[in-house]
Amino acid sequence: MSSTLLRTQDLTARFGGHVAVDGVSCAFAAGALTAIIGPNGAGKTTYFDLISGQVNASTGRVFLGGRDISRMPVAARARAGIGRAFQLTNLFPNLSVMENLRLVAQSKSKRRACIWSMASRHRTLIEAAEQALEQVQLKDQRFQKISELSHGDQRKLEVAMLMTLDPLVYMFDEPTAGMSMDEAPVVLDLIAALKQRRDRTILLVEHKMDVIRALADRIIVLNNGCLAADGAPAEVMESDIVQEAYIGRGLEGALNEL
Amino acid sequence: MIRALLSDDLPRSRVLTLVLLGIVLCLALAPFLFPGVRTVDTAARICIFIVLVASYDLLIGFTGIVSFAHTMFFGFGAYGVAFGLIHLDRSFWAMGLGAAGGALTAACVAIVIGLFSLRVRAIFFAMITLAVASAVAVLFSQLSSITGGEDGLTFKLPRVLGPAFKFGTETLDGRLFGVRLNGKLLAYYLVFFSAVLLFLGLLRLVNSPFGRVLKAIRENEFRAEAIGYPVIQYRVAASCISAITAACAGALYAIWLRYVGPETTLSMEIMINVLLMVVIGGMGTLYGAIVGAAVFVLAQNYLRNLMGAAATLMQDIPILPQFLSADRWLLWLGVLFVLSVYFFPSGVVGRLRRS
Repeated sequence: MSSTLLRTQDLTARFGGHVAVDGVSCAFAAGALTAIIGPNGAGKTTYFDLISGQVNASTGRVFLGGRDISRMPVAARARAGIGRAFQLTNLFPNLSVMENLRLVAQSKSKRRACIWSMASRHRTLIEAAEQALEQVQLKDQRFQKISELSHGDQRKLEVAMLMTLDPLVYMFDEPTAGMSMDEAPVVLDLIAALKQRRDRTILLVEHKMDVIRALADRIIVLNNGCLAADGAPAEVMESDIVQEAYIGRGLEGALNEL
Repeated sequence: MIRALLSDDLPRSRVLTLVLLGIVLCLALAPFLFPGVRTVDTAARICIFIVLVASYDLLIGFTGIVSFAHTMFFGFGAYGVAFGLIHLDRSFWAMGLGAAGGALTAACVAIVIGLFSLRVRAIFFAMITLAVASAVAVLFSQLSSITGGEDGLTFKLPRVLGPAFKFGTETLDGRLFGVRLNGKLLAYYLVFFSAVLLFLGLLRLVNSPFGRVLKAIRENEFRAEAIGYPVIQYRVAASCISAITAACAGALYAIWLRYVGPETTLSMEIMINVLLMVVIGGMGTLYGAIVGAAVFVLAQNYLRNLMGAAATLMQDIPILPQFLSADRWLLWLGVLFVLSVYFFPSGVVGRLRRS
């Protein structure tokens, strides 16, 4: 078992009287892909927000490689190694596909805020962006604006952005939602290849059971903001807690309804 | 060479290239092409406003920040030069020091305003800049012992830049192509080349990695943050650079006019003019500043004459001459703006680049 890369400790998000995430303690090892499941409103996305910093924890902490990052702003966490692909596509709409990826590559460069050089002449950044384009098969659309791109292609780009950032912790929020049958494999293959590298932690919020079966090493279940189950996929699917949480309908049935 | 000077950001439209070349050539040769006090004065104003408008475009067009304090920074630069030349001595050294002092003040004030208010919503930032700018304008017009109050300050430039300074009297008989070689000519070229330098500097800035981040922030600040760019720091840096450039433009204006006053450098009217120039030229293009400033300043200075001429021409037609009477020039200037915004919502440059 490899070492823990990401750990949350009693992580809680309270909005007024509503507790969206309630004292979740969980450790994630490098090289493992953990699927996070649960009904809508269970706090999956908020849990992601807490880890990447869009929401600050009411109580509890987040550790990345032993370092407490709970009070760090979003940008600093991204630089420290927390990367995220969003559930709702969240790109730079009036910039080209290429420029979207180039900006991500630039964020990792030493000269990211250089004011005297020409961005068009930083070859390495452009090459990094081109490589990512190739990975998600968007090379032909490189000069198109995001707003001219099909939904599926936007989703692919969303994943490519994260791949270019290459963080220590990859967080995917329903990466294949809204993709057609022939588009999804491109993304899933990328995630599978990422797993093979063994040095990154991958968190995946997903509703599609076939995706989870194919990729997950472990499943955690969130229900009403609480950690309801945690374990190997086969175990968790059969567990009483999961069956109860979904009121006997069976996890698969409940998930497929969503 | 040209690509590097323009930072790989070429006009990308043949018509636009011609228009820009035309404007820049006219400005470069203005004292020789259009000799005359008024024409050269107009050309110098265009140069200065190109810088001011471009620096404002950095904010509004590239970073998506709406500020109403831009003329305040312009004023800081102008008053800086005036203070330097009045209180130190009549030298280039004092002039430069004054300009640098003005730019430094502008940078500090921009940073303070930015840190206090760029983290809140855009509308609050706009309101705060409006409040600060109005307060400063009132302050400058009230502190008459220091700033000369409403009357402003007149001062003397280094002798080399004054009309009394003549050169080339032995070799060229004091004239080149019939134009008197004097300090005023030198002052014009000081303004022109400073403006060129500042504009190319801004062009480089917006095409640098830093500039690309500004565009990203304008497009989606949430995502910019999520891929690792601290948005507030970038915004504050942008507004600081923009303020410094505006102060430099202000310094050039003071040098050219040999006068500063609240009306010419700090008034809200100039702020609105700058806004119009950005919109007419095209936001987020920088080249729009050249077109916008040229069109606007020319209209401001010559529309009146043009209409007077038109009215005389149409003397015999009923009603029309009344509409075109020179006194109605402001009305027509307004009509011109409404039409230009209506037909070119993305500005002249945006329009030309699209076609």
